[in-house]
Amino acid sequence: MADIVVEQGRVARPTGTRKRASLRNALGRKSTVAFVLTLPLILLILLLVLYPAFYSIYLATLNKAMTKFVGFGNFTFLFKRETFWMVVKQSCIFAVTAVFFKALIGFIVAHFVHNIPGKKQRKWRGMLLVPWVIPPAMSTLAWLWLFDPSYSAFNYTLSFFGVGPIPWLGDTFWARFSVILVNVWYGAPFFLIMYLAALKSVPDQLYEAASIDGANWWQKIWHITLPMMRNIIAITTLFSLIVTFANFDIVRILTSGGPLDTTHLFATWAFQVGIQSSDIPLGACVTLFMVPILAVAAVFILRDVNKRGNEA
Amino acid sequence: MSTLAIDKAGPSRKVKLGSMSRDRTWALRWSYFFLVLFAIFFLTPPVYMLITSLKSSAEISAATNPWWVFHPTLSNYVELLTSNQFLRFFWNSSIISIVVVIVTMLISIPAAFALARMKFWGSATLATGVFLTYLIPDSLLFIPLFKMLAVIQDFTGITLLNRWYVLVFIYPTLTVPFCTWIMIGYFASIPKELDEAAIIDGASWLQTLLRIFIPVALPGLIAATIFAFTVSWAQFLYPLVFTTSIDQLVLPVGITTTLIKGDVFNWGQIMTGALLGAAPPLIIYAFLMDYYIAGLTAGATKG
Repeated sequence: MADIVVEQGRVARPTGTRKRASLRNALGRKSTVAFVLTLPLILLILLLVLYPAFYSIYLATLNKAMTKFVGFGNFTFLFKRETFWMVVKQSCIFAVTAVFFKALIGFIVAHFVHNIPGKKQRKWRGMLLVPWVIPPAMSTLAWLWLFDPSYSAFNYTLSFFGVGPIPWLGDTFWARFSVILVNVWYGAPFFLIMYLAALKSVPDQLYEAASIDGANWWQKIWHITLPMMRNIIAITTLFSLIVTFANFDIVRILTSGGPLDTTHLFATWAFQVGIQSSDIPLGACVTLFMVPILAVAAVFILRDVNKRGNEA
Repeated sequence: MSTLAIDKAGPSRKVKLGSMSRDRTWALRWSYFFLVLFAIFFLTPPVYMLITSLKSSAEISAATNPWWVFHPTLSNYVELLTSNQFLRFFWNSSIISIVVVIVTMLISIPAAFALARMKFWGSATLATGVFLTYLIPDSLLFIPLFKMLAVIQDFTGITLLNRWYVLVFIYPTLTVPFCTWIMIGYFASIPKELDEAAIIDGASWLQTLLRIFIPVALPGLIAATIFAFTVSWAQFLYPLVFTTSIDQLVLPVGITTTLIKGDVFNWGQIMTGALLGAAPPLIIYAFLMDYYIAGLTAGATKG
């Protein structure tokens, strides 16, 4: 019905002279209007997203000075470098571990917040979402200061328990732990909010019926909560997987990839190689390795989002 | 929802359910206990920022109890808020974010209107494409964009690299897809009777958009605006790559690159700067929390 919007609007106007009418016809035609309205969006996507994406593939086939076509030269060069495989491994460990803990903490905390009655719930929710609201570059600076080698507030506190001092960012294991910790801290509130919204949409009757049938809390979660939230869990997890896998700010500020490149992710390593060492083709090549994983996640998200749309 | 929850925790509707309500009281107590623990985890860094920002350099290097301020001072705030350099960062960030919000709205509202109400050739594909674009992270595109800007600069002679205004063109790639996507959702949820009534009264499509769609979808519009603003304010990678001179930097990049001088970390000032940099999104969040959260959750639902 709404399709007639434009047509009707045109008819409703007083008709002008013949010459102007043809122009007005063109302007008033629905497809023309729709085209004009979406043109800026299409141009933006074509020029600043799609074109750079393909340009990146082209760049990846050039030599460092960008004067010669080398085909897969950059790719084979990367395959031979140990650092590259370390980056692949670290990116996967980082993304999978961080997303898992974000989802877990988000799920647990969402239940606790859901238990809180009324007005107080709003306050708790507001407080717990703060990490997500602060720009990550700013909050990571606070973490950097908390991890400071000589003045670390964590080590100060731990010393009372006879623990430490822990080299938070100086040791490979602890540096990896720290970047994941900061990422979990930043991302868990997002999961919390999504899961809380999903929990509210589960009808209370289901839980009451389960209680009458004598189900314990675990059975309620396993047989009611999880199936009802399945879709939102899938979408949130996949979405977070993309964002975490492509993360830049946290690792860049916290460790810059160190110690000895062991905390580099694709994005930070590509920045170091492509911008700081100005080997643009190699940097482009590194970022391209993110595409397969991102593409798989995107396909699944799209499927789930569409399914969700049909359910609603 | 809230009334329901209160009802549950209420004493007892039936005496038989006494044990159940006792269980719930305990569940509530445990919930509070764990929530306090998680709140400590979530709020430690921002609180620590505040604590450090109130300390003088002397107190920081004296290595007293880091969790307490013995001689609170506002000198860090005074120093930063009177430094032209910091104000320059703040100004750059503000102007970029505001312009990006306007550009984003000008692009995404008409597009969302067309995609939600006019079925035209390719409209479904375009809507899917918009969503997929939203999933493309900045770290995938910064290298080709950098090279593109360099090539255009060489070709036309217009300086693009190391200029803050170029970010105004780049940021919409991050904000427009999401804003369009959630605006499609809000527009599609408007009953068709509403615009049909407008059509019968002789409204043109522009009038329908301005007089009906935008006022009715105002909550969505606010959510999209907040999203666009916070994303542009927080963006770190693009300005780090595209700008280098101190007078062209935005706040996040400016604080991380200029306040750290060599190996000397002036932590009092860094934390003050970080807190001031976090302030605009936090203030917006404090006042418009419901819109903020609506925008957050709308992303995962189909428009």
